[in-house]
Order: sequence, then C-alpha cells, then structure tokens
Amino acid sequence: MQHPLTMHCRPVLSDLSQPVGCDSYRFEVARQIIGKVDRNYLLDVVEQSGLAGCGGGSFPTGRKWRLYPPQSERPGPRYFIINADEMEPGTFKDRLLLEDETSLLIEGIILSAYILDANECYVFVRGEYQLAIERLMAGIEQAKMAGLLGTDILGSKFCLDIHVHRGAGRYICGEETALLNSLEGRRPVPRAKPPYPQVSGLWGAPTIVNNVETVANIPNIIKNGAQWYRSLGRNGGVGTKIFGVSGRVMRPGTYELPMGTTMRELIEDHAGGMRSGYRLRAVLPGGASTAFLSAEQLDTPMTPAAMMKSGTRLGTGTAIILDDQTCPVGFIANLQRFFARESCGFCTPCRDGLPWVSQILDRIEAGKGRAEDLDRLSDLQNTLAAGNTFCALAPGAMASLQSGLSLFRDDFVRHIEQGACPWK
Amino acid sequence: MSIDKNLLHLTEAEQREIQEIVASYPHPKAASLDALLLIQAKRRYISDDMLAAIATLIGISVAELDELATFYNLIYRKPVGQNVILLCDSISCWIMGRDAIECAIKQQLQIEVGETDREGQFTLLPIVCLGHCDHAPAMLINKQLYGDVTQDEVKSLLERHKHGETECSTP
Ligand SMILES: Cc1cc2nc3c(=O)[nH]c(=O)nc-3n(C[C@H](O)[C@H](O)[C@H](O)COP(=O)(O)O)c2cc1C
Ligand code: SF4
Ligand code: FES
Repeated sequence: MQHPLTMHCRPVLSDLSQPVGCDSYRFEVARQIIGKVDRNYLLDVVEQSGLAGCGGGSFPTGRKWRLYPPQSERPGPRYFIINADEMEPGTFKDRLLLEDETSLLIEGIILSAYILDANECYVFVRGEYQLAIERLMAGIEQAKMAGLLGTDILGSKFCLDIHVHRGAGRYICGEETALLNSLEGRRPVPRAKPPYPQVSGLWGAPTIVNNVETVANIPNIIKNGAQWYRSLGRNGGVGTKIFGVSGRVMRPGTYELPMGTTMRELIEDHAGGMRSGYRLRAVLPGGASTAFLSAEQLDTPMTPAAMMKSGTRLGTGTAIILDDQTCPVGFIANLQRFFARESCGFCTPCRDGLPWVSQILDRIEAGKGRAEDLDRLSDLQNTLAAGNTFCALAPGAMASLQSGLSLFRDDFVRHIEQGACPWK
Repeated sequence: MSIDKNLLHLTEAEQREIQEIVASYPHPKAASLDALLLIQAKRRYISDDMLAAIATLIGISVAELDELATFYNLIYRKPVGQNVILLCDSISCWIMGRDAIECAIKQQLQIEVGETDREGQFTLLPIVCLGHCDHAPAMLINKQLYGDVTQDEVKSLLERHKHGETECSTP
C-alpha cells in the first residue's frame, strides 16, 4: 500500500521530542517543474487527478483553481493561503503533516503557488500548534536557503514568499472568508459570497484558500501524474486520504489509506476494533460537523459520494466512535456546547439558536428534560438548517443533532421519562 | 513629533518589535493579532494600558483593537497565573474521561474553571480540540502538550510546572 503523504512521518506519533529529518529534503519536483513546465498543463493534471479539498468540503481543487484569474488579467498581489486552523473537534490530521511532513507541505505550497502564479502565501496556523509553527519556520528557512523561495526562483522570474500567521483560537477562523478577515486584522466573521475569494479575497486581491492536506498532495500528483493518483483509490474514490479514529478503539490514530476504504476496514483492520467490553453504536465519520453513520452502515466506502449517499459527509475523514457505554445524549450535548461557544455571533439564528439547543440538551442529560423538549429541538434544527444562517457552522452543528435525534430517539425518551441519565 | 503618553506603557524594545510587525504586513491593522500575542508573551495578559499602547502604535482605535482582543480564546484580557492549563473539552477527550481530569485539577488547585489559584501559579481554562484526539484526554500547559492524561498523574504534572517555568503562558 502506498503512503505518499506520510512517507516521512515518525513511526510513533506521540514521540514529539524526535524531530524528523527534513534537512535532506531536496524539493526534487519543484526543481524539475518551476520555470520549465507550462502552468496550464499542470492545472490540467491537478484537475484530472480528481483531488478534492480535504478541509471538510471535498470541493474539487482543480475546479477551484480554474476560477482564479490569470496574472495577465489581475496583476499585482495574488495570494495563496493555507488553512491550518484545524479546530474541528475530533480532527487531528493536519497537525501530523505540519509537524512531520513540513517539507512536503512547503514543496506543495511552492508548486501550487507556481501553478496559480501567486506571489504571497500565508499559512494560517492555530496558535496552539506550537511545534507545527516552529517546524514551519525552520522549513521555510531551509527552502529559502535551497533557493526555492524569494525572487526569481531558479531563474524563472517566479517570486514567492511564505509567511506563517499564528491564529489566536476561534473555530470560525477556519471558515475561509472569516480567515481572510482574521488575517486582515478585522473581527473574524464570515463574508458574503459572491464575490468569491478567488476574485476578491485578501485585501480585495485574488486569493485561493486550501487545506494543509490538499496542498501536501500536489508534489506527488505532479510527479507521478493524474492517472497514478486516481489509481490509488478504491470503491470509486481517488487518491489516498489521511483517515483518523478516536474513541474507545484499540489503536486510535491516523492512517493514510486509499480513498474509498470502508469505515469498517478503518475501524476493525487498522484501528484494531473496539476495546474489549465496548460495542460500537455509531460513528461521526469526519469530525463534529458530520451526521452519524449507524453501526449498520459501516460498510460504506469513505468517499465524498458514498458518504453522502449514506446520509452524512466525509468531512475531514477523522472518525469519532460512539460506544455503548457512552451516553449518546451526553455526546451530542458536548458537541452542541462546542458549537454554541464557537458561534461567531454574526447572525441571529445561530447566535441565539445554538445556546438554546445546548441548554435543552444539558437539561435532558441532567434528567430535567420535559416532554416537549424533543419537538423544540426538531424546530430549532429546522431554524438552523442550511440556507437559514450566514455560514456553514450552524448547519454543520445540526448534522449530528438531526441524525442523533432519530438514531437515539429511545435514549432521549428514556432520559426524559426516567428523569435521569441511564449511563450515570 | 509629540510622543503619545499611551506608548510609555511599552518598553522601547517592545515598541520597535511592534513597528517591525506592522511593517511586515501590507496594511497596519493586520499586525493587531501578532502584536497582542507578542506583548502577551512578555506580560502574560493584555491590560487596558497595553491595549491602548498597542492600538496607538498600529494606528487604530482602542475599541477596534479590543473588538479583536475579546474575540479570541488565546488573548487574555484579565490577569492569568504563571502557568496556563488549557484542558481540551471537545468530544474525543470527553469520551475518554476529561471530566475526571478536570475534577482532579480543580481539587489539586482548589479552583474552578476560569480561575487562578491563590499562589498565582496556575489558571485553568477549557480549550477546543487540540488535535491530539488519538491520545485523549489531552491538555496544554503553557507550550507543552500532554496526551493520555490520567487522574493520578495530574499532581506530578502540575508540580513539574510549578515555579520552574519561565517561558510565556501563551501556547
Ligand atoms: C465553521 C467552519 C470551520 C472550518 N474550519 C476549517 C479548518 O479548520 N481547516 C480547513 O482546512 N477548512 C476549514 N473549513 C473549510 C474552509 O472554509 C474551506 O472550505 C477549506 O479551507 C478549503 O480548502 P480545501 O478546498 O483544500 O478543502 C471550515 C469551514 C467552516 C464553515
Ligand atoms: S452561522 Fe453562526 S458562525 Fe456562521 S456567521 Fe452566523 S453566527 Fe457566525
Ligand atoms: S477532542 Fe481533545 S484533542 Fe481532540
């Protein structure tokens, strides 16, 4: 099995003291490409590879890049931004790449910026990722020394600077237009779209925002071709994906596997199955903003399309396991508390609705639920659905609530009827 | 040029550093967050005086800067202890027993979440998923990330950070 994304990773991720050897990284692909290969050809390769954004939305990267106006149309500053704000609960894949595949990521940035003809890059890293920030700074220095950053790179007239921007912690900063406001020093609330960032992004200039993992795929796609990348996937998926599993499994962790690996294989073969004494009840397949996949649906291949068919989304690809000894109401209450706290407060349904949802759930979990609470939750879930709020945060929050209310209806009812949490 | 009295709250070195940050962005306002984090790293939190001084250097109003300072989780507008404990309260850590860790810390320090202990050594705050979910429960003490934290280990972890730490409290 090929692991193009995680080739250099530490065997034991928890061993943070061991820096991984990047000093020898040669930026081979960038050296062969920059100034030598036509941008349009490279853009075709990225598009044909079928690479889809790994930040949670699975939007085709080639299609997104096509909307970026060429230098001839829009001269002046042109931005390429890496979204390394990873704050989606249960998601821990970008940290792996930032810390252990720093040079691969930097080469991905250089190649992507070259294809787009962007000359300024900001890597927006969440402030808590201290080690990632240090390694990025070191990696950027190294790339500079190697002559791959700065002006007239490899004699090609292409110029690129990479800046590391440290975030100060708010989930909404991961939403790409809020991220732009944050970078500009404005209050980080999302912007209205259109205009899309490709046309009017950072300081009004053409801007592309991509996730860390998306960009780390670029060097290998350019090196080995679109066909190679497509062939890595299974069950209708393309490429590889860094999947993750957390919760009460034998081996929680990150696993780079073919896109389209089934959820059951991920959990049972790679993560070693459930710990003894625990049974799986349901899974959030890709972070806190995805809907539950039930135990009966575990054979769903992990591709954006198949997950959609099963009523959920691939999201970030990091699965959170709900086991039989964890209260599903408490589980959902924890998720909604997060969303209520992280609402940016810009639009009313989300600002007022999420705390309401959260309070009702806390009340039910505490055994003080009322008969009408479930109807109230269903109402709120409609109020906060896609299209009713300014950004995707609130609809994302509703994914687990809606699927949870139907999947665990009996458990909700038991809490209310018994006046106590059966798991306590 | 007259010197704004607000600036007197910052050392000359600090003022220079902020000016350098401002110069590194195409627009001064973009330096706001970096400047706040820089001063907080040196002074542990952003007092009203600091806020006014930074705003003056960047050339924006105090209200504009406070709008940012109060928005972010990692900017502290109130004094914090020598060490800041950021204990993850997101889903995977919750499943894996972070509530018990919180209890152990509260008991050890005799504080509630959001408070600083009597000696001014530790402040306990909740934090969103630290990206260490495969080693839940996770927490950060200052810049140090801990995973698979157990109740029994809390006391010794805190001891390790007591007094000894000189680094800043911002992760
Ligand atoms: C509330 C919210 C939070 C988000 N957080 C992140 C994040 O932390 N990292 C990320 O890459 N994308 C995040 N996204 C998705 C981004 O808006 C954007 O789609 C993504 O960065 C695009 O990159 P990609 O096409 O490479 O996936 C978030 C979206 C929303 C609505
Ligand atoms: S949906 Fe929530 S997070 Fe998004 S803009 Fe509205 S208030 Fe802000
Ligand atoms: S949920 Fe605690 S580190 Fe991710």
